[in-house]
Amino acid sequence: MSQADTPVIELKNVHKRFEQRPDLAQRILALTGRPIDRRTVYAVNGVDLSIKRGEVVGLVGESGCGKSTLGRVVAGLHRQTEGELLYQGQDANRLRGAGKLAYTLGVQMIFQDPQASLNPRQRLRQILGESLKVHKLAPPADIPGRIDQALTEVGLDTEYRDRFPHQISGGQRQRIGIARALMVAPKFLVCDEPVAALDVSIQAQVINLFMDLREQHGFTYLFISHDLGVVKHISDRVAIMYLGKIVEISTSAEIFARANHPYTQALMAEVPDVARRGRKFTPIKGEIPSPLNPPSGCTFNPRCPHAMPRCREVAPALKEISAGHWSACHLNEASA
Amino acid sequence: MSDILLDVRGLRTAFHTEAGAWLAVDGVDLTVRRGEIVGLVGESGSGKSVTGFSLLGLIDPPGEVVDGEVKFKGTDLRKLSEEQMRQLRGNRIAMIFQDPLMTLNPVLRIGEQMMEAILTHEDVPRAQAEERCREALAMVGIPSPETRLKSYPHEFSGGMRQRVAIAIAMLNKPDLIICDEPTTALDVTIQGQILYRMQQICRDHNTALIWITHDLGVVAELADRVAVMYAGRIVESGPVEQVLDAPRHPYTRGLLDSMPGATQPGARLHQINGMAPSLAGRPSGCAFRPRCTNAVTRCTEQAPSVTTEGSRSYRCYVPIAREAQ
Amino acid sequence: MANSPNPGRTRTVQPLAETPRRAAILKKLHARPTVRGSVIALSVLIILVVFAPFFAPQNPYDLANLSLMDGRLAPRQALMDGSIAWLGTDDQGRDMLSAILYGLRISLMVGLSAVVLATAIGGAIGLVAAYIGGWVDTVLMRIVDFILGFPTILVALVLLVVLGRGVDKVILALVLVQWGHYARIMRSRALQERRKEYVEAAANLGFPAWRIMLFHLLPNCLGPVMVFATIQIATAIALEATLSFLGVGVPITEPSLGLLISNGFQYLLSGDYWISLFPGIALLVLILSINIVGDRLREALDPRRA
Repeated sequence: MSQADTPVIELKNVHKRFEQRPDLAQRILALTGRPIDRRTVYAVNGVDLSIKRGEVVGLVGESGCGKSTLGRVVAGLHRQTEGELLYQGQDANRLRGAGKLAYTLGVQMIFQDPQASLNPRQRLRQILGESLKVHKLAPPADIPGRIDQALTEVGLDTEYRDRFPHQISGGQRQRIGIARALMVAPKFLVCDEPVAALDVSIQAQVINLFMDLREQHGFTYLFISHDLGVVKHISDRVAIMYLGKIVEISTSAEIFARANHPYTQALMAEVPDVARRGRKFTPIKGEIPSPLNPPSGCTFNPRCPHAMPRCREVAPALKEISAGHWSACHLNEASA
Repeated sequence: MSDILLDVRGLRTAFHTEAGAWLAVDGVDLTVRRGEIVGLVGESGSGKSVTGFSLLGLIDPPGEVVDGEVKFKGTDLRKLSEEQMRQLRGNRIAMIFQDPLMTLNPVLRIGEQMMEAILTHEDVPRAQAEERCREALAMVGIPSPETRLKSYPHEFSGGMRQRVAIAIAMLNKPDLIICDEPTTALDVTIQGQILYRMQQICRDHNTALIWITHDLGVVAELADRVAVMYAGRIVESGPVEQVLDAPRHPYTRGLLDSMPGATQPGARLHQINGMAPSLAGRPSGCAFRPRCTNAVTRCTEQAPSVTTEGSRSYRCYVPIAREAQ
Repeated sequence: MANSPNPGRTRTVQPLAETPRRAAILKKLHARPTVRGSVIALSVLIILVVFAPFFAPQNPYDLANLSLMDGRLAPRQALMDGSIAWLGTDDQGRDMLSAILYGLRISLMVGLSAVVLATAIGGAIGLVAAYIGGWVDTVLMRIVDFILGFPTILVALVLLVVLGRGVDKVILALVLVQWGHYARIMRSRALQERRKEYVEAAANLGFPAWRIMLFHLLPNCLGPVMVFATIQIATAIALEATLSFLGVGVPITEPSLGLLISNGFQYLLSGDYWISLFPGIALLVLILSINIVGDRLREALDPRRA
């Protein structure tokens, strides 16, 4: 594969489990024969994903589905428990030295909470300039100019450079978060619910900023969100996640036109739509299960309106049901 | 008997600082009829939550309700004593908050809290009160209510806690429930469940709702009427279909246009430039003027007063005319 | 520019100058007479302490000045050299006023030094434990638990008996029994901050661990530690007073407030109250004002009020 064809990020059967290791008291109890209560959170439970250069992949799901954890694994902030993560064709975990730095800086994360993602004690120019200083990416004399350039690029007045994060608004903080990522010239941006904490009118501004940056710099995005409307607008492909697994993935247009998996269908039906009036709500039943204790078989079966006995026993695999459209549901096989 | 349940006129609520008292709510008029669902929509800083709290007299210093009439079934709530207000709260008017842990005491069992809500307002035998609690939990769709009565709030998930909060609100069959962003922090599928319950309860018991939110989609699907707030004032209100299909105020139009569904995927979203003003930085005249593309000179000089058009109203000198739709 | 801080010259709405209850609300927000009193008391004490040589009629530590003939004089009586002992003299012939002023110096110096050192040591250990986690955290925190498990005075007593008397040894003992508290506070705050996204962002930008700890975590964890430290100054002073009272603290020739109180104890029943009483009052005022100011400081630094 040529350089241009190599996917920027490739995930192969990635699992991420958070295990609570038994402490001394529990280990002593175990000696007496009591079984150790090993609480394992199955955050990411076997994900395969391949993202090409310049693509925007939307990752949709509700709380507990593991999308944020997956994003952090891709950005290198968490190490996966099992499986492979390839950055530009190379195993990210085996990289060292310059290669590792290239990966760390090459995949940047934009965080959800604009307030928590900026150091409250640093002025904006310090937040932006620090990476340039630490990694010697620019001569010290050039740094103020680079900072001003970054501020302008994300639509902020250069007068803001001496302010502290608490002196600017939520939308502006989010722009600083983006500017900070841009300083290290990344190739891939993992956007973890970047507009969820913002007002509707500011959301539009920030989404436009993301789209402009993509055009100008050719970035690749993994856009994580629970907001289907936003994801539909910005993504080329969309993956739906439920309890640690991708249950459906296809192009944006295809998924919204022909959602296959019952969970995707339920999500679409539930999203409030301004065009719908006086709706008769018929929601899906049941609570979102906890990733501590995923149901057996298909993780969606307790809430699925079409559940069959098979669904409780065997977890369905992602199968290609039409060109480029993959879904993990036994219903597809039943008709085959 | 008039079916107007709540009639608010000229509500003004301020927050005190050294420099003076800043008006978070600046002249709000609101009418709610029996069994009606009114959506109060606005972004952060618009004053929508403060309005909700002001109605129930829940504004603490440094805040103060400085002016206005809040007529509930003919009685001005602002003139009542604290003791009289306490008899109304949780009884005839209830409130549900964004964070259910504001309603629920984390160290008391659900059952105890619910019993307290009933027994404070009514003298009923304990067995009867317990039965009502069980019914209330069943009504909001919580399985095995008898066991759940003995649980603590932390044993419930977010969505369940909010349902318990709704159950508590409904215990004394109030005439009006004020809901302050109750589903904002919940997942979409859980939000659907809560909205379903609320809709059912309102229809069955003829309870009126004031639903405070920033989500126009929820309001569109749930509410009968909507009021849009900006910088402490209601800039537009009216029946939901009229306001959302043919908004008069540029802010409402801007909000609707900036939603992703309003533009083709991949194209630039329509955006309202600038930011909502902070409490201490509201422009004089029409507060929306700096961000408005239709502004004229008059907009700077004086804030527009309310123009009524049938069952809808708005504050604007240059409303979006019918023909432009 | 869409997000410019000065979008043209827009006139803004002015706040209301009067409302029905503005006066009452503002009054409630500001009423705090005890704090004002404490700040004044503390400032006065600090000035007295810093300029003690100017204020004190004599240098109580210079043995040449003292004469046993001046011993146990009641307040407002004259010494042999003619000066008036406003607060009386102790059994050695020391002018109580001077002894209290110099004693305050020692108390304050011991308190401050012990706290500064304990903060530095304890804070560093807590920060490292929180950031690195794992077995390092476990080991360090068990050491802390171990040390804090013993009664403070007992440990200090044993240490001082072994090390001997002297101001520097007292400071060392205080630091050794106190640093554990600071480590715990710093660690608990650092554990919370470490989870925050700006720390993740720093890691994402490839910053080395020491940089993240020093420039990102530390400045944001200092708040509760500083407030605790302020209040601990009073505790340290009280502890030193106790140790000196018990006879293991500062040397007899350079008495701190605790030692003065201790010396005067034996004379209380015979009527020479001033030898213990006045140093006691001074100690009380010092500790009380530090506590109240520290309390106010904690409220002021509380991020929820920001």
